[in-house]
Amino acid sequence: MQALVVAAHGSHLNPDASDPTYAHADAIRETGAFDEVREAFWKEEPHFREVIRTLESEEVFVVPLFISEGYFTEQVIPRELRLEGWDPEQWDSDGTSATEVTLSVGDANKTVHYCGPVGTHDAMTDVIVGRAERVTEDPDVGEGFGLAVVGHGTERNENSAKAIEYHTDRIRERDRFDEVQALFMDEEPEVDDVTDFFESEDVVVVPLFVADGYHTQEDIPEDMGLTDDFRLGWDVPAAVDGHRIWYAGAVGTEDLMADVVLERAADAGAELGDAIEIVRAGAGGSVTEPADVDGTAGTTKTGD
Amino acid sequence: MADATDSSDPVDALLATVDDGDVAFDGLRLEPVADGDDGRFALETPTLDRSTFGRSELRDVLETVEEYVTNWYYWQGDVGGEGTARRAFLRWCERAPVVGEAVTAPSAETTLEANRTARETANGTAPETTAEADQSLQVPQRQDALRDGIDREWGQLCITARFVDVDEPDGVRVYDLWHVDDADSDVADLEVYDDPRTAREIATTDEDGRYRPLKTAPTLPSGWAFTGLSGDELVETVGSVYPATIANWHRERLGELDVDHWLETAERQTGIYDVVDELPRDAVEWMADACCVDSQCLRRREWEYEEGDELDVDGGDGPFPCREPCSLVVAAARKWAILESETERTYELELTTSEFNQLGELIDAVAEGRTDEIREADLGDGANRYRARYLRAKRFDDDGLEARKRPEEY
Repeated sequence: MQALVVAAHGSHLNPDASDPTYAHADAIRETGAFDEVREAFWKEEPHFREVIRTLESEEVFVVPLFISEGYFTEQVIPRELRLEGWDPEQWDSDGTSATEVTLSVGDANKTVHYCGPVGTHDAMTDVIVGRAERVTEDPDVGEGFGLAVVGHGTERNENSAKAIEYHTDRIRERDRFDEVQALFMDEEPEVDDVTDFFESEDVVVVPLFVADGYHTQEDIPEDMGLTDDFRLGWDVPAAVDGHRIWYAGAVGTEDLMADVVLERAADAGAELGDAIEIVRAGAGGSVTEPADVDGTAGTTKTGD
Repeated sequence: MADATDSSDPVDALLATVDDGDVAFDGLRLEPVADGDDGRFALETPTLDRSTFGRSELRDVLETVEEYVTNWYYWQGDVGGEGTARRAFLRWCERAPVVGEAVTAPSAETTLEANRTARETANGTAPETTAEADQSLQVPQRQDALRDGIDREWGQLCITARFVDVDEPDGVRVYDLWHVDDADSDVADLEVYDDPRTAREIATTDEDGRYRPLKTAPTLPSGWAFTGLSGDELVETVGSVYPATIANWHRERLGELDVDHWLETAERQTGIYDVVDELPRDAVEWMADACCVDSQCLRRREWEYEEGDELDVDGGDGPFPCREPCSLVVAAARKWAILESETERTYELELTTSEFNQLGELIDAVAEGRTDEIREADLGDGANRYRARYLRAKRFDDDGLEARKRPEEY
């Protein structure tokens, strides 16, 4: 028997924070590829600490629903799962190349395949582009458009920016959009000045976040000048300094994220049958539509 | 899961299984007898003394102890999962002997039988008799009880195990689930569901639509029912409402619950929670009183300050244990660790006796969560909104409650 654990942050304050986690886990459940599929959280239940014991499978694939390698994927999740002998060096990663480490756990007789985060997987590039297609309602969007990939960024962890830059580079290499730029909330170049970085009149802005919440539904829209007050919502596209900004909301709500979770597990040796094909065929929407801009979605600040 | 049975007929399945070796389950014992090659078998139940039969007559005899055969078929064929928490929980649901549980004793003989069954279930682990009062039922008693339905409570959940076919039970059970407050309600008055995932949504908010970050808070809304769930579906549904409670309950029954006491959990924290191990010993006591008592959380707190240093606050009476401080307690502890680092001061302020008492009433009303219950015009209640507004108008200045610090240089 094999089990999948989707490990996410969750929230004590905002019930919407875990919606994408449940939606992607459900999509994977439907494929029947795993005997058990379980969500686990830092801030909700079951907690990382107690999820492994809820499984009957001997083989467990843990996929962190996080954007970058860093504090949560390297310290918190391995510690709380009781991964024995864990050391971030085992991932042998340059900051975006973690794939999988096979370890045992301290509280159950099981083999755990601890995977790299979804955010740094190559398949994530397609999800970002897919998000741009959806928000513009144009499956061929690219020509005449700029694309901004927005990350949290933090001076404390260089990997946070690396994940954003990694996908930005990959999309740029495809030569699909006229311009592609990585922007950040907490470091340069900043998302506040989004229009300074583009010549294209139309700019799609895709935040590389797992869930919609305070940052994607309050901070970023206001910082970019889409709206003076997030509670009033904003237009898609919105006119800002002579540009049209197509703001997509958190990429993590995209259906195709389930595919990235599966790719992570497959890379770690999970036997998936045709699950990836099923998920890709079924991915035609998102947990929250990018055009859902009435300002009511995810407006509560998430806790840490 | 049908590892014990390839046949859909319980008797056929049992005969096929006994060819591979002894069957001993819930009072039923059937074994090949090695006295020649004519294929004789020894059969024994609590009501049938050990006798031997040839294969041809055995089938007829098994029909007379059908309840044992269908019981074996359900547990070994449908449920399976020997040694798992899932199986133990489903057995608990119908008061079947579970490892670690005392058994009703109509006679010493059947107790021995049940204990033997329990040992077998535990793969050779000797059962640990708990002091728990809920005593187990033997197959004939369960057979009767499952026709009417056997009710159990799990936090705010009421679970009923019953036979699908009441008139001619074939051993197959289904399970109904609803809120304990709805136990006397007509199912027609409830929203009825059969998809376990719906439970996730039900458990997300309380009656007033507020988010429930703590799944085991006693604020589960009522008004719904799941009916006709399979065993697997029941376990999944309960797992959505009260995650990991079945796994920890099972570990506790086996004497294997791994408790992490406060200090262990606190010292493990990093990042913004690194400070929580600075929370003073007294404050941990107050925190447990604030967050972990039965009125706030249905888990029974098994963690203490540290090994050998128990907290005075009562751990509660819930069926499922709390094996370490949860994420909500850790987050709250961070707040209190920071607040407790402040120095105490003396304040001097003017209040009438009634106003002083009113402060107590206000704190009490918020702490008990009863502010919503205080009637608009109940001016006799110190936590009444008009009373609170009056006190604020009278005793607050721009900075809040008007008071002088002592000594003033602080």
